[in-house]
Amino acid sequence: MDTIAFIREILLIPLLEGTIVTVKLIIFSIPLGFLLGILIAVGRVYGKKIISTFCAIYTLFFRGSPLLVQLFILYYGLPSIGIYFSPFVAAVLGFILCSGAYHSEYIRGAIQSIKMGQMMAAEALGMSKFQAIASIILPQALRRAIPGCSNEVIYLIKYSSLAFIVTCVELTGAGKIIASRYFEYTLVFLVVGAIYLFIVSVVTKILSMLEKRLEIPGMG
Amino acid sequence: MQKENKVVLNVENIHKSYGKEKILKGVSFTIKKGETKVIIGPSGSGKSTLLRCINQLTIPDQGKIFLENDEVTHHKKEINRFRQKMGMVFQDFNLFDHLTALRNVEIGLIKVRKMDKLTAKKKAMEELKQVGLKKQADLFPAQLSGGQKQRVSIARALAMDPKVMLFDEPTSALDPELIGEVLEVIKKLALAGMTMVVVTHEMGFARSIANEIIFMEDGLIKDQGTPYKIFNNPKHERTRKFLNKITELYGRS
Amino acid sequence: MNENLAVIYQSFPFLINGVMITLGLVIGALGLGFVMGIPMAVGQVYGNRYTFGIISFYVWFFRGLPVLVLLFLFYFGLFSLLGFNLSAFAAAILVLGLRSAAYQSQIFRGSIQSLNEGQMLAARSIGMTKIEAIWHIILPQALRLSIPGWSNEYAILLKDSAVTYAIGVMEVLTRANFIATRTYRPMPIFLTCAVIFIVLTYGGVKLLDLLENKVKIPGYGEER
Repeated sequence: MDTIAFIREILLIPLLEGTIVTVKLIIFSIPLGFLLGILIAVGRVYGKKIISTFCAIYTLFFRGSPLLVQLFILYYGLPSIGIYFSPFVAAVLGFILCSGAYHSEYIRGAIQSIKMGQMMAAEALGMSKFQAIASIILPQALRRAIPGCSNEVIYLIKYSSLAFIVTCVELTGAGKIIASRYFEYTLVFLVVGAIYLFIVSVVTKILSMLEKRLEIPGMG
Repeated sequence: MQKENKVVLNVENIHKSYGKEKILKGVSFTIKKGETKVIIGPSGSGKSTLLRCINQLTIPDQGKIFLENDEVTHHKKEINRFRQKMGMVFQDFNLFDHLTALRNVEIGLIKVRKMDKLTAKKKAMEELKQVGLKKQADLFPAQLSGGQKQRVSIARALAMDPKVMLFDEPTSALDPELIGEVLEVIKKLALAGMTMVVVTHEMGFARSIANEIIFMEDGLIKDQGTPYKIFNNPKHERTRKFLNKITELYGRS
Repeated sequence: MNENLAVIYQSFPFLINGVMITLGLVIGALGLGFVMGIPMAVGQVYGNRYTFGIISFYVWFFRGLPVLVLLFLFYFGLFSLLGFNLSAFAAAILVLGLRSAAYQSQIFRGSIQSLNEGQMLAARSIGMTKIEAIWHIILPQALRLSIPGWSNEYAILLKDSAVTYAIGVMEVLTRANFIATRTYRPMPIFLTCAVIFIVLTYGGVKLLDLLENKVKIPGYGEER
């Protein structure tokens, strides 16, 4: 069977289905991971000793260990203590927890780069710490964290392929199944690779448009 | 100008150390409604720290602050309520960089005083007009000159209708030609009867607006009195020396 | 709890042997990436339009594809196609190395470009050829500047080494899974596995920090 026919008749649909799963994985993980990152960063910088230490240990664990090990713990480990997740949920959970740690480091760095005077001025007006963080510090810090956080978003899209190893069949998984059945590894994975490259370019474009929209004269 | 005898601010025996270094060694003064007190003194004398102790941005180790006979120092949780009634203007302006001039003035009204957006905007525009910056309302801090930034920060503090204004070296970070416009605004404020504490190096300005000048050195008040008394007849040799030095540097004006 | 600790204790030697494999992967890939990354960086900064284009394409390809896809593509696909008969371990080092070269080349390129233009001008003006200037003047500085970025690359490679589980390399995670499925105690084993990686990651980064203080050029003995 020639290449084009193979692609059209055998490869296309499973890969498309796999791509949809990949998109579902990232649609949940990216925003939630980012939000978790904000919470952890704020907890680390502004929280009391207990919260701050917890956030530091959390970050240490999730940035120091491989994502794959974390997925194994969630999917293969937890059942032994009675917690069962479906492959998809385990994957999304792992992605959120892991990427949250990475985002939190970028955001933490950005928060710490904001001049102390901003917080002082906010408090001088009578704002509570929470108001000051939400209305004054975060809007500036998040803008500064955009390059780092965008980087992490792109990483997540690529690492979503690990979901396959905990049996969630996304794009890479779909490819592996077809490839091993028809022994067409090279072709299949070149196509799979091309799809990832495409997704990454689209998201990069979106992120760069977002960055333009949020630009403020004189900042960053 | 009719001055009421009501005491607005009571500063009692403030002590503050940073580690081993004692910055404030027991500072006290009071200020009545409509008065302007100017604090002068060499760097390191604790002037800025004192100001920040008044609105609790810095917590003193010892001592009490009373705003209209309400104790500020005791109420850790209610400090925001007190801060609303004290306006602070910083040496580095500290405008919120991600907000326009208008939004900078509005934000305290909306978030802290819980005004609705329309009323807040109207009041904010009014305050900006008072400092002469109505046209710059939609510009960002990065697009403003130093003098304009400081005037916005004054408008921001005034919008909260404070009982007392605290100025921490308001012109020290400005280029010489921009100092005048800011001093104008502060002078106007004093003449209108605002109760103010001003820390400054601008001697001529101090003389013209102060009801009382306080000379601080080494964490203590060494001398205080009317401008005439301080400039012409200072009690302490140190005050005289300082004033001479300053006059040398900045000239009599 | 005691059974958990016992299981961890008993499986430790087996896991530690896995650490040897993991470190072999990481050092091999870092080395390959280093040896390829420098010429690639030099080629992009000092080469012509075509060199820049080809290298950029390489970088785009190896950075754009997920590690897992690259491993599958090469190990099951290209290597068979080209008739290479590599073990999973060797294939993993090769693939991780090719990928690391893409990342390292950009780290070095950034460092080279951050150097003052005057460095090259001065070198040329005392009669050095471009190559001599790059070798004696540019690289010694650029490499030192690259240490932080390189340290980051180490951390990433260490964590990516776990993905080689998917092609059967007997590194730490593969071994942990082996034990977990036989002892039915996945939690303590996988947590130990995570801790091993954490120690390796931060330990390695700390070491590289020390190295940075001594201003040594890392990776020099790593000829393969």
